[in-house]
Amino acid sequence: MTVTGGSRELTVPMLARVEGEGGMHVVVQDGRAVDVQLRIFEPPRFFEGFLRGRSYLEPPDLTARICGICPVAYQFSACLAIEDACGVEVPEELRLLRRLLYCGEWIESHALHVFMLHLPDLLGYDGAIEMAADHRGVVESALRMKRAGNELMTVVGGRSVHPVNVRVGGFHRLPEPTELRALRPMLAAALDEALAAVPLLARQDYPDLEQPHLYVALDAGHGYPLESGAALQTSSGLRVPVAAFGTHVVEHQVGHSNALQGRFDGHPYLVGPLARYSLHHAALSPVAREAAAAAGLAPTCRNPFRSILVRLVELVFALDEALRIVDAWEGAPVAAVAVEPRAAEGHGATEAPRGLLYHRYRIDADGTILAAQIVPPTAQNQPAIESDLRSVVEGHLDLDDEALTRVCETAIRTYDPCISCATHFLRLTVDRR
Amino acid sequence: MAMGGRTVTVAGRAAGADPAAAEEVGRDRRPTLAVWKFASCDGCQLTLLNCEAELLALADRVRVAYFPEATRAAVAGPYDLSLVEGSITTAEDAERIQQVRAQSRILVTLGACATAGGIQALRNLADVAELAAAAYPRPDRLAFLARSTPIASHVTVDHELHGCPIDRGQLLEVVAAVLQGRAPRIPSGSVCTECKRRGTVCVAVADGLPCLGPVTRAGCGAICPAHHRGCYGCFGPQDTPNGRSLASLLGAAGMAPTDVVRAFRTFNAGAEPFRTATGPALPTSVPDAAGGRP
Repeated sequence: MTVTGGSRELTVPMLARVEGEGGMHVVVQDGRAVDVQLRIFEPPRFFEGFLRGRSYLEPPDLTARICGICPVAYQFSACLAIEDACGVEVPEELRLLRRLLYCGEWIESHALHVFMLHLPDLLGYDGAIEMAADHRGVVESALRMKRAGNELMTVVGGRSVHPVNVRVGGFHRLPEPTELRALRPMLAAALDEALAAVPLLARQDYPDLEQPHLYVALDAGHGYPLESGAALQTSSGLRVPVAAFGTHVVEHQVGHSNALQGRFDGHPYLVGPLARYSLHHAALSPVAREAAAAAGLAPTCRNPFRSILVRLVELVFALDEALRIVDAWEGAPVAAVAVEPRAAEGHGATEAPRGLLYHRYRIDADGTILAAQIVPPTAQNQPAIESDLRSVVEGHLDLDDEALTRVCETAIRTYDPCISCATHFLRLTVDRR
Repeated sequence: MAMGGRTVTVAGRAAGADPAAAEEVGRDRRPTLAVWKFASCDGCQLTLLNCEAELLALADRVRVAYFPEATRAAVAGPYDLSLVEGSITTAEDAERIQQVRAQSRILVTLGACATAGGIQALRNLADVAELAAAAYPRPDRLAFLARSTPIASHVTVDHELHGCPIDRGQLLEVVAAVLQGRAPRIPSGSVCTECKRRGTVCVAVADGLPCLGPVTRAGCGAICPAHHRGCYGCFGPQDTPNGRSLASLLGAAGMAPTDVVRAFRTFNAGAEPFRTATGPALPTSVPDAAGGRP
């Protein structure tokens, strides 16, 4: 950190409590943030490159490896895109089983972020382990909720990181109704613990910030958006088919990031919990809507610092929804439907814990992948995060550099950025000026 | 090995660097743990946070000195135990792993990226120049190495945990073993042994499913056959694999040659026995790219 003349420069070489490797660089001059960069230096891994030439049946297993925190999001966006290309839709029972597995991922990921990555900022600790010295009960409760998500993923998916049971067309093996029912006590206890955490989070102080960004989320047509959906909904009232994603979202390359940055019709936009909640509040289950009210949230939320409350509401929703599916599950006629290849292009989008995840594949008649495109949530959010960072800096210039840096770090963490996800692109460069 | 007994202390740690009161002095006798990330998906270090029942007990026994994914606090090295996730894919990282090694008494690599180069090692089998020129507007500005390499290609590694991702139980075992100054008990046989132990009927024999179990290292618990699919090799080659023999069996059972190559070339494509199982001259991972197909 350096201060020279009338200008201040804040640098965080390595952001903590985010997934992947990134930093932050801010230059302030005459009361203006003249340069704000969320730096992503996680090395590129070229998924879109080596997917070419692979079988159309492989993307669920291969793209899961983009992110160990949200592998199910990759698996299902890939499945939907390939099934779309092949003209197949899975039966309702399998859609529900996908939704259940995805609930497990939301539970695991949101419990991790709310209590172990974000809450330490509010309570003034460096991390959850340090926080446990004074708030052991809170951390133990968080770990139990997280475990409920991981157990659910293990029963339905085979394991929690990179589940093995997902395939194009459905699953390799159907869980027995008794196996799912056995999850009930753990899920119900986790739901109680999530609801019990609402007052703790509701009484924290959150900085004021109203951000104007366009919100974009999947429109599922069958409840709160999660495992599938044919269209995107925006806060400006647009409804866009998933297949038209590429005509609205254009990715730009910038020098300071190993990830491309997405813009929607030319504007920074936001995907993720704030967008989903604000666009689909009415689709939440009653218990989740009550939790939102108890947390002091209006049906729309535009303050990124309060996203922890929205994530908690989504954690409540995911636990509630998982219980609903578990209780109703009576099995399915088949574990998977046949998906025969044909020369075509397909699109798929699901709601990863961090927001909309879009996949597109072009395959030939024998099922060889000719082209692949993957647009993860953090790449879409990066321009909005930088824009918010600018507002945060200019609104807190009275703080000394250390305090200001800490506020900026907190602001970035509110987005739960997943840098491992954002950095897998083929067309990026590292600009060394 | 430097780690002889139960009491592990680090003389060189900066005293008083942490202002957190007197009890820290007593705590400073705990061995220090550092977690490092290179090119990877975060899943292996997440496995540490997924030790939900053990995490706080572990944090009582070791001092988490450097773990950016979990805490912004950072204690300067040296470290008693470093867990390293990810492969080396940039010149900077090739430099950084040397610094990590220099600061670490015991270095344990986690997962397929760190032990075999990971899925990103598929680039090693492709024509990187062609790949770059076909895909990049400015290939001259690219800053990455042509190959993704495991940590052991760069520095001495004390223990390796395989898997994509690693197994939680194996992670706890290796950490416990290091703390206790003993060798970790990590199986080196094949997934087949785990299927037999859990009583899974062989999916290759009974159902004709293609399965890499015979050549793949045990450790996952043989979860794929238990889910009625063949093993897809995410734990990499076992100690005495016969990949070529399995490859010809898969072909004889009706698997197309391209699919046999694909099966061996995923997360552990950089591991020698998998890389050579289908012969060195078979197609790369992007067979059609150079042909300019639409």
